[in-house]
Amino acid sequence: MSNLVSFTDKGLYCEAGNFYIDPWQPVERAVITHGHSDHARFGNKFYLCHQFTKPILELRLGPNNYQTAEWNETIFMNGVKISFHPAGHIIGSSQITLEYQNEVWVISGDYKTEDDGISGKFEPIKCNVFITESTFGLPIYKWKPQQEIYNDIINWISKNKENGKSSILIAYSLGKSQRVLQALKETTETIFAHGAIYNMQQNFIDAGWDLNPVVRITPETPKELLKETVVIAPPGAEGTSWMRKFYPYSIGVCSGWMQVRGNARRRNVDAGFALSDHADWNSLLSTIHETGAEKVFVTHGFQSAFSRYLNEKNIAISDEVKTQFGDEDEEANSPLEIKNEEPENI
Amino acid sequence: MNDNVVIEKSNQISGLQMFAELVTELSSSTKTNDKLQSLIDYFATAPDADKVWVIALFSGRRPRRAVNLTLMREWCIGLIQIPDWLFTECHHTVGDFSETLALLLSEIKIQQHQDEDLSYYLEKFISIEKEDESIKKKFIVDSWQQMTPEEKFVFNKLITGSFRIGVSQKTIVNALAKVIDLSPSVIAHRISGNWDPMTTSFNELLSETASVTDFSKPYPFYLAYAIDDKVENLGEPNLWQAEWKWDGIRGQMIKRNNELFVWSRGEELMTDKFPEYFILKDLLPDGVVLDGEIIPAVDGKPLPFSVLQTRIGRKNISKKQLQEAPISFFAYDLLEYNYEDWREKSLSERRNKLEEILFSFQNKSIQLSEKINFDSWNELAATRKKSRDNNSEGIMLKRKDSVYKVGRKRGDWWKWKIDPLTIDCVMVYAAKGSGRRSNLYTDYTFAVKDGNELITFTKAYSGLTDKEFAEIDQFVKRNSLEKFGPVRTVKPELVFEIAFEGIATSNRHKSGVALRFPRMNRWRKDKTVDEINTLDDLKEMLRLYGKY
Repeated sequence: MSNLVSFTDKGLYCEAGNFYIDPWQPVERAVITHGHSDHARFGNKFYLCHQFTKPILELRLGPNNYQTAEWNETIFMNGVKISFHPAGHIIGSSQITLEYQNEVWVISGDYKTEDDGISGKFEPIKCNVFITESTFGLPIYKWKPQQEIYNDIINWISKNKENGKSSILIAYSLGKSQRVLQALKETTETIFAHGAIYNMQQNFIDAGWDLNPVVRITPETPKELLKETVVIAPPGAEGTSWMRKFYPYSIGVCSGWMQVRGNARRRNVDAGFALSDHADWNSLLSTIHETGAEKVFVTHGFQSAFSRYLNEKNIAISDEVKTQFGDEDEEANSPLEIKNEEPENI
Repeated sequence: MNDNVVIEKSNQISGLQMFAELVTELSSSTKTNDKLQSLIDYFATAPDADKVWVIALFSGRRPRRAVNLTLMREWCIGLIQIPDWLFTECHHTVGDFSETLALLLSEIKIQQHQDEDLSYYLEKFISIEKEDESIKKKFIVDSWQQMTPEEKFVFNKLITGSFRIGVSQKTIVNALAKVIDLSPSVIAHRISGNWDPMTTSFNELLSETASVTDFSKPYPFYLAYAIDDKVENLGEPNLWQAEWKWDGIRGQMIKRNNELFVWSRGEELMTDKFPEYFILKDLLPDGVVLDGEIIPAVDGKPLPFSVLQTRIGRKNISKKQLQEAPISFFAYDLLEYNYEDWREKSLSERRNKLEEILFSFQNKSIQLSEKINFDSWNELAATRKKSRDNNSEGIMLKRKDSVYKVGRKRGDWWKWKIDPLTIDCVMVYAAKGSGRRSNLYTDYTFAVKDGNELITFTKAYSGLTDKEFAEIDQFVKRNSLEKFGPVRTVKPELVFEIAFEGIATSNRHKSGVALRFPRMNRWRKDKTVDEINTLDDLKEMLRLYGKY
């Protein structure tokens, strides 16, 4: 097998094509899987991404030299054939396929196999080498069907209403928020949001997405208006004085990490919903099976354990790879949310 | 059709299901009032037999473990077909054995939903304890297949022991007091002591007319908070009684009906562990209850806690131990005299009677915990500095007119502990914590310098803020060798000040010392590894403060 992609200290590097995939240090040419900040960083001279990802990068990184592609469109760089395929993780998220000298490599980025209706329907791609994430690569992580979780959230909201409380849902501004908002579309007419969530949602609406708008909470928003409502806020807002306005309230966190009680307990929240934008154990395994890859590199997450499992069970020849992915969105397992959510006025 | 099934189910909710819901509510609510309300609702609706068990479980009475963990693990692995090491990996990440099982087994489809009460399962655990492995396996595997993930979790918890849900006994007592017409202190007393949830009915336990006399029953302990204000602000020194704060096991000694009972603060009946006390059955008057400290002592002088530690936990006590670590009872309060509850009398009055009792005979297995005389707070502050010479942790301050309250209360009693000993050291290993610290590196091992080498000498888990733990967790993940299993070797870089209450020789640790109650006092971001203390510093502390 060739080394079409090598693992360098700047990131995943394709030497034949002379470009990096999701580099963590500035490079000449970057191919980007999706808009989360641990995958799409500042300072590259050139960015190639899916067309849906571009507005996200513009919002977060400002103007740059961007080139976009559509699903399945073919782009050549130094003779390496590149294409983008839905990864189902967030809007625009893509698996990147590289084809060179009769060998196919797929870089998964982050992915989720369940179709959430907005992030694109994940499709497994036949390949020789698959580079997979492993954020939830342990068999304790098996998600309930999303509709069940949505129902749990909706029931929780009505219970809070009965008790005269507002429902504050903690969700990352990029990805989880759009999904939660979509899920609440039918049952909740007006949804309030923190500035970071509002900006992201508005950015998508401006880019032509049919998403439901949210009402931005400002210092002027009267407290009475917020009584018994639904509020979406980023993790950074949790526990800050910003929340006082909604009192009395209940806090619910939407994250795959809520699968384990200890995580919910140390976050000191009222409810945890194990709603994840990443593949669970079973989907990781079924995806690998469907790619037919003989070699699987495992990145960010439980890479040691997952890679060992693949080897022992003869599912594929596997190696773990150290990357600097896993700092944004729920991957961070951000045990206690020490990092800062992006500033409100981006 | 479907709707009907759902309605039917919610109407016939089983006792176990109610309990599982209670546990879920208690562990997810963050406010004491919400927890109290959940308990009140539970006690108002649950089957009586289940209520008795819940009281028993929350007050530390549980059946013996009927099935060992290795077997449960095997059966789980057999059902879901994963390698053994992967189970271990999951366990380290979840941080809780029962929850790991429940999560791994979440896919096992429910054949037919169970409809049994909590008491059914707990009594079943007792009845299968002596049965063959195959019978145990069938019961447990069948049960798993009839339960929701939440029910599996509590079921596993009940089998494996330690059910810690973050509800204090006080909250349980208050909830019961709302549901039945008794005062909290009466309830607290009723549910303490020696009763068996198998044979005790809810009415026997808590009705006003309960007639069963349990002579062993202890009183709830009165506990003090650490003083957080200037001691001068307590007012006139002569209103206060001062005593040494002993470093032993808080205990209650009961002589009733010509029998002797010794209880620990954890409500464990420890009478048999201390044969030294047997003679007191003949020496103490009948119908008395004493509050005091269980402590090893020679010639009336207490020995360090580490000496006591060598004895607790052993079933049989050797002659050598009886000689080297003879136990005494340092009595400081009298709760019952002549079968009469004395807790509402003033401390001075109780103390006078206590002295009268203890002066009427002499035996080295019991002594009066002496009062410290002082005229001014300054004088007492000076005396406090000598605490360590007496193997004491500091001073207890009690108002002379105080009654004996229930539980931890502010105001009348305070503990005034001495400052701990401290040492600067570097973190070298980290392991994942459990419970609310699951999947976080929060359990550390520390080392001091010995020439160019680092010598480990203690572990510590507490003392940092959540934010600091999160920061260190990130550091560990970025600065360690990738490794299976729970422990990671970490680049020796982070320096901490460890505080501890005492130091003793130990052959368990490479360093040759063991610390009493070590915790992280401060993260010394201002210090580098070159500036930490040495093994010689530690040995010097052992020479100065290590009495044994």
